[in-house]
Parts: sequence; structure tokens; C-alpha cells
Amino acid sequence: MSEPLVRLENVRFAYGERAILRDISLSIPRGKVVAIMGGSGCGKTTLLRLIGGQERAVAGRVMVDGEDVGRLGREALYALRRRMGMLFQFGALFTDMSVFDNVAFPLREHTDLPAELINDLVLMKLHAVGLRGAARLMPGELSGGMARRVALARTIALDPMLLMYDEPFTGLDPISLGVIGQLIRRLNDALGASSVIVTHDIQESLQIVDYIYFISEGRVAAEGTPEAIRNSTDPFVHQFVHAEADGPVPFHYPAGDYATALVGGAA
Amino acid sequence: MSRTTMDLWVGVFVAMGIAALFFLALKVGSISGSDIRSPYTLSARFDNIGGLKVRAPVKVAGVLVGRVSEIRYDNERFQAEVVFTVDSRYKFPTDTFANILTSGLLGEQYLGLDPGGEEKTLAPGDVIRKTQSAVVLEKLISQFMFNKAAEGEPAPAK
Amino acid sequence: MVGAIRRLGALVINGVWQLGFMARFFWLILVYSGQSFTRIHLTVRELYFSGVMSLLIILVSGLFVGLVLGLQGYETLQRYGASDSLGTLVALSLVRELGPVVAGLLFASRAGSAVTAEIGLMKVTEQLKAMDMMAVSPIARVVAPRFWGGVVSMPLLAALFSAMGVFGGWLIGVVVIGVDDGAFWAQMQDAVDFQYDVLNGVIKSCVFGVAVALIAVFEGYDCVPTAEGVSRAITRTVVSSALAILALDFVMTSFMFRG
Repeated sequence: MSEPLVRLENVRFAYGERAILRDISLSIPRGKVVAIMGGSGCGKTTLLRLIGGQERAVAGRVMVDGEDVGRLGREALYALRRRMGMLFQFGALFTDMSVFDNVAFPLREHTDLPAELINDLVLMKLHAVGLRGAARLMPGELSGGMARRVALARTIALDPMLLMYDEPFTGLDPISLGVIGQLIRRLNDALGASSVIVTHDIQESLQIVDYIYFISEGRVAAEGTPEAIRNSTDPFVHQFVHAEADGPVPFHYPAGDYATALVGGAA
Repeated sequence: MSRTTMDLWVGVFVAMGIAALFFLALKVGSISGSDIRSPYTLSARFDNIGGLKVRAPVKVAGVLVGRVSEIRYDNERFQAEVVFTVDSRYKFPTDTFANILTSGLLGEQYLGLDPGGEEKTLAPGDVIRKTQSAVVLEKLISQFMFNKAAEGEPAPAK
Repeated sequence: MVGAIRRLGALVINGVWQLGFMARFFWLILVYSGQSFTRIHLTVRELYFSGVMSLLIILVSGLFVGLVLGLQGYETLQRYGASDSLGTLVALSLVRELGPVVAGLLFASRAGSAVTAEIGLMKVTEQLKAMDMMAVSPIARVVAPRFWGGVVSMPLLAALFSAMGVFGGWLIGVVVIGVDDGAFWAQMQDAVDFQYDVLNGVIKSCVFGVAVALIAVFEGYDCVPTAEGVSRAITRTVVSSALAILALDFVMTSFMFRG
């Protein structure tokens, strides 16, 4: 296999004093769908923001298609972002535009295509997510699952080489969840792109992805193919896959001794 | 809302705003006050200008012909020097008389010009020599009181 | 005591930091304005939302302010037998002060708050981030058109306010009370100078337009992306705009109308 599309090398990131990512190294090969998993608030979304260049790493390098994202100037970064697509957690559709205009937005901003061609392209993208009939609706009239599919159509409008999904399964009913999951896989293969999914929905991910990274306490805790993950004996992975309340990830937030606290409080 | 309707409304709005500006410029204010065409400056020296201010009107026979542009104190003559601009359409003889007058009893003070009979007219930058100072109410009153007092007790010991 | 001094220090540092941030933001808007002017319809759209939508409140308020000025002015002037100067009083108060200031305050609470709310909500729903990730600058696409829409609307609205106010004063003075029509207009035109009074008023309203529009877009863009954060940002827009207008008015008046 050739050079992976995205490669993180010993990346460290902190908001002020608070370290979010301590030492992360991972790679996303071309043409593959990779899931990044971990508990809530472990810095998964930050990872996507680092790849997209919205945040810069404190140490280490983020390489996307041979370019060091952290060192790019504004122009070069925007040029790179035109080849990336990011699906936000709740779609982030522009509420003052219709579904059609939302999908047409990147095309109108970045190309000089004639109106008829844009019209055709938009309808093709909407057809791909099964929402051609909803082109004239406003975002407010869509259900959560539909809004995310429209956002997906907008994300793929410019046929990006890298697709990033921030919690694409959150807050969806099981049917919409399955639809989005299948779309992610199908679009990745149809576009010949590479995809990163940041999620904590293990069961859905195991069905569609090629490779999984687990992140805990700012480090890669475990990694492997879905097959390997299912059969893993690693206690952390086991806890995550089987959704156990207590394990290497403790149920209790770090605190002093319980008995002491109670007795001390009473005294 | 379609784009054409929006454009129409914005057009109406901008047109109304510009019309209001024109209304303020032409109907409310007098654009002529500052739009004296190709003005030239003259000046006059007074012993006392009273309450005359910069931008006060300059009138001849009641007609507005210009405005006071600058007031300064002349250190050598110990007089006030009033510089004013007038429209080049208007000409004044060299023996023109400059007064500081008041419109009404308590109104604003203005510069009144009384043209004389000379053939030659004032050139830009000329100084009007014949002037009469402002009437200062306090002086008038004190004068009046002194006179009264003088009449009351003849030949005061002084 | 030490606590109070520390709080004062924090307040000053925060204020200076905020001001610097705002200046930087202003600079960015100017830099990206060129880009946004190539899509002039975006600015036209904002002119509609901040200008046309404020029209009604501005015209009605202007009329009422003019009516009140007419009544109160007449009441005072006729004591000195100077009721002919009613036009002067109404026009000068409106053109120099009330037009720009009151129109500015109304504009801040009508259009400024709406702009802050809109940009704030776009931030909450990640629309700004999404735009940025699509390699479209939110400052060029969202902020700059709203800024220029406000800057252009403000002087026009202030002029409409003043014109409407003069009309209101005329209505009360001439039509209702019976001040001589000729004297009303003639005295007004005699006293109101285009450059000195009208133009200075327009300059004031332009400055207020820049201040209000900048505060509105800045507070929206800078807000904490939660429902509470947006509502706070809206409050801050109205309060800081009002303070900025009144303070700037004082400064400009002291420079403009000294003589």
C-alpha cells in the first residue's frame, strides 16, 4: 500500500494547561474507512479539528496528503480543505437556505459552473442520499436523520478525497442510523475517498469500518480490524465493546476514600 | 422572499434615504449658505465686535451675500479683525461702511455692509476701513445712567 | 480591599484585551470586504434586513419626536415671543443631535440585536465552523455583508428620521397651532447650514453606523456558543451600542460644534 492519506505522528494538543491529546500516532490509508473511538470528551473531535486544520498541534505533525497541516498558511489550508469534507454532529446546515441551496453552496463558492450544471450536480448528490424529492424544503422542515443526509450530500458536493464524520450516529433512530452507516460505506467506495469516523457507537462501526483506533487518556489505547476487536481480550476494548459500566474506565470520577468522606462530613 | 422583491424594497429604501438627505440639504438647510460660488475674502477691523461669531451672516440691504469666516485679534492695532467671504457676483465700492448689527432686540449679530459712492470696487483681500463697532448693551446702559447722574447733581467733585 | 483592586485590574485588562480583539476583527472585516463585494447581493440582502425592516420604527418614531419637539418648542418659544423660530429649533435639534442619536439607538436595538442573534445562532449550530471547513471564510461570507449593510443603512435611516421629525414639527407648529408657514421654513433655512449642521449630522450617523454594526457582528461572532451565551451577546450589543453612541456623540459634538 502506498503512503497513507492522513498520518498523525506523536501529536500532542492542549487547551492551555489542560492536555487533551498526549501522544497520538495513527494513520488513515487511502480508500479505507477508519473509526476513532473513545469515551465522551476524550478528544476525538479535537482529532478531527487537527486534521482539518482548525486547531494546531502543540507538538508532533499532522500530515494530510503529504502536507503538514499545522504549517500551512491560510491560502494553502483553504486549498487543502476544498479536498476535504466534514460532516458535523448535527449537520450544521445553513438554516437560511433551502436544501438545494445548501448542497449547491460549495459548488457556487468554489466553481464557476453554469447554473444548469450545478442544478444537475446537486440533484445527483441529493439522489445519492435519497433526498432528491426534498430539494425545495428548508432545513427546519427536515427530521434529524434527513438533515444529516442533506449535510452528507453537501459534504460530498466537491467529491473530496477525505471525508470526516463527527459523531454521525448521535441522536438517530435505528433505521436512520443504519441508513447513515450504509451511506458512509457506499459513498467512500463510490468516490474512492478515505473516511474517518469519530464515534462511540461501537456496534454500527464494527459493521462498516476497515480499522478501529481506541483512544483513552490522550493516547491510542488499542487498535485493530473489526475482526480483531471483536475477539480482543484487551480489558479496555472488552469493556467498550460490551458496554460494561466498570472496568479499566472506572465508573467513579477520581475521588478520595468514600468512607472517609462520609464520616468526615458527618463529624 | 424572492431576490427581485428584495432588490425592489432595498431600492425603494435607498431612494427614500437619499430623498431625505436632499430634503435636509435643500429645504431644511440652505445649501446656498456655504455654496457661495467662487467666493472672495474681505476683512474689516473693529474696536469691538460684541457677540459676532464665525459663520455669522454678511448682509447688504438685508440680502445675504456671504459669511464671516474668521475672527482674530490684531496685536499691533489692538483691534479685532473680521475676515469674511462674499460671493463674487457682488461688488462693493471702496468706501463701503461695515457695521455690526443685531437682528431684532435679542437676535443674533451680523455684519451689515453699507455701500458708499466710489467708482472703484473692493478687490479680494482688501480691508474695509470705515467701521462701526457693535452696540454693547451694558455700555449703553452705564452711559445712560452716568448721564442721568450728571443731570441730577451738577458738577460733581472730581 | 485587595480583592476590589484585583477585580478592577481584571476589568481593565479584560476591557483592553476585548478592544484589541475588536480592532483586529475590524481589520479582518476590511480585508475580506473586497471578497464579499464581488457578491453584492449578499450585502443587498443585509440592507433589506437591517434597513428596510427598520424603516417603520424609524419613520414612526421620527414623526412622534417631531410632534413632541413642535409642542414643547412652541410652548417655550412663545413665552419670549419667538414662536417664528420654531422651525429653527425643531430642525437644528433633529439634524444635529436627535436624528443621528435616536435613530442610532433604535437601529442598535432593532437591527443590531437581530444581527448578533443571527450570527450567534449560526455559531451555536456550527454553521460558521462548517463554512470554514468548506474553505469559505465566514468573515467574508457572513460578517462583512452584515457589517456593510448596517454601515450603509444607518445614515439613510438617520436622514429619514430627521426629515420625518421636521415634518412632524411642521404638522404641529404650522397646521395645528398656526405658526406662519413662511416664517417656519424661512427661519429654518436661515439658521440651518448645509455644511455645518446637515453634513456634520450625516458624519455622526455614519460613525454611529460603523460603531453599531461592528459591535453587533463582533458580539455575535465572539459569543459563547450556547443559548445563554447568545442571549447575553444580544444584551451586550444593545448596551454597548447605546454607550458607544452616546460617548461618540459627545466627543464628536465637542469637536464639531465648538464655535
